[in-house]
Amino acid sequence: MTGPPDDCLARNEWICGEYLTTRRQILLDAVLQHLQLAGVSVLLGLVLAVPLAVLARRWRWSSGPVLAVTTILYTIPSLAMFSLLLPVYGLSASLVVAGLVLYSLTLLVRNILAGLRAVPEETRQAARGMGYGPIRLLLTVELPLAVPAAMAGLRVATVSAVSLVTVGAIVGFGGLGNLIYSGMNTYFKAQVLTASVLCVVIAVAADLLLLGIQRLITPWTRAARS
Amino acid sequence: MTTLTDAWHWLTDPAHWPGADGIGHRLVQHLVLTVVCLAVSCLIALPVALVLGHLGRGGALAVNISNAGRAIPTFAVLVLLLLTPVGRWGEGPTVVALVLFAVPPLLTNAYVGMREVDRSVVRAARGMGMTGRQTLFQVELPLALPMILNGVRIAAVQLVATATIAALAGGGGLGRIITAGFNLASTPQVVAGAILVAALALVVEGIFETAERLGPRWARGAR
Repeated sequence: MTGPPDDCLARNEWICGEYLTTRRQILLDAVLQHLQLAGVSVLLGLVLAVPLAVLARRWRWSSGPVLAVTTILYTIPSLAMFSLLLPVYGLSASLVVAGLVLYSLTLLVRNILAGLRAVPEETRQAARGMGYGPIRLLLTVELPLAVPAAMAGLRVATVSAVSLVTVGAIVGFGGLGNLIYSGMNTYFKAQVLTASVLCVVIAVAADLLLLGIQRLITPWTRAARS
Repeated sequence: MTTLTDAWHWLTDPAHWPGADGIGHRLVQHLVLTVVCLAVSCLIALPVALVLGHLGRGGALAVNISNAGRAIPTFAVLVLLLLTPVGRWGEGPTVVALVLFAVPPLLTNAYVGMREVDRSVVRAARGMGMTGRQTLFQVELPLALPMILNGVRIAAVQLVATATIAALAGGGGLGRIITAGFNLASTPQVVAGAILVAALALVVEGIFETAERLGPRWARGAR
């Protein structure tokens, strides 16, 4: 008979190297699920937000209702949002994705619309004077100029989505949130701390990645500053 | 549609209102937590932001703290606090987490509001012989008020949301109705709880919106 092992897992310490080595697979799966849920939601949000913002810009009367609806959606707390979608999606990953899409949508529509509105009228007139039609004007002049504002919104939306995925633990699809939830029920300190730290690391990494992409696709903003 | 009618029946069932787990008690809990924590957060954040904004120091900290707050999951903070000694005193983790998440928007908005006051106005105040304290309270504070109030509004909505998530980590408030519904696998109860929370959040937002419209012109800001 050997006694119980006296390592940091048995002592339930906050920081535990043993935990990282023995649960590597669980952690990896959770991180992957986390990335998937947050990534898919933000991408879907972006795909929906661009046409909405363009429409709201084209027809002025529609910008009021679009902004009002997105504000209302953003005010609803995440736990309530997931719960309200429960009858529609059941206990599934789509439920979490749908909730997160609604949140990213709000941030993105507002920022893209602000970016489109900030395009100077002279620029638009110059493009029209050069014979640009409305579609070409939108695609080659207005949208590129709205990219910095849109990217600011995308960064906020991504960071928020990464953090909100954890609440998805209530339906069992929360990525690292699942580990935090089960760690809470078993008082497993190392698991809760590791998962929380990983969450913040993912958020910061995603933010830096988007910042890098923004610098790559908008070289003119750098030239103007220097 | 049947789920919505079921949820409505759950809400209107008088048996679900009284008692420690009843809607009435949970609603009061939620409101008390929100109001108390909003007051505490204002007491902590506003003096700091006003002094920093007046002196023009610590700007990077005041602005970045808001971004950092967004990256840190509320739920993770709640569970971490629950496992520390704070977790032993009842609503301790909830209160600490609520205050932690309400402080950043208050701090950032108040600081930015103070710094956005036209510098020439501040110089004019100094030229008229106003002391630093007089400039702060009679010039900068009134002009920064719209931004400060906007921060209070964001913080209030954030508090309602955080108090809901607190239920996941065993805290009180309306979120408990939702988590209890999940444990009972009762979709009507989950949806009913969600409707209550969403309504409360929208009411809080609506109160601030109305207050802003009805408030005196100088407190409204140029929007």
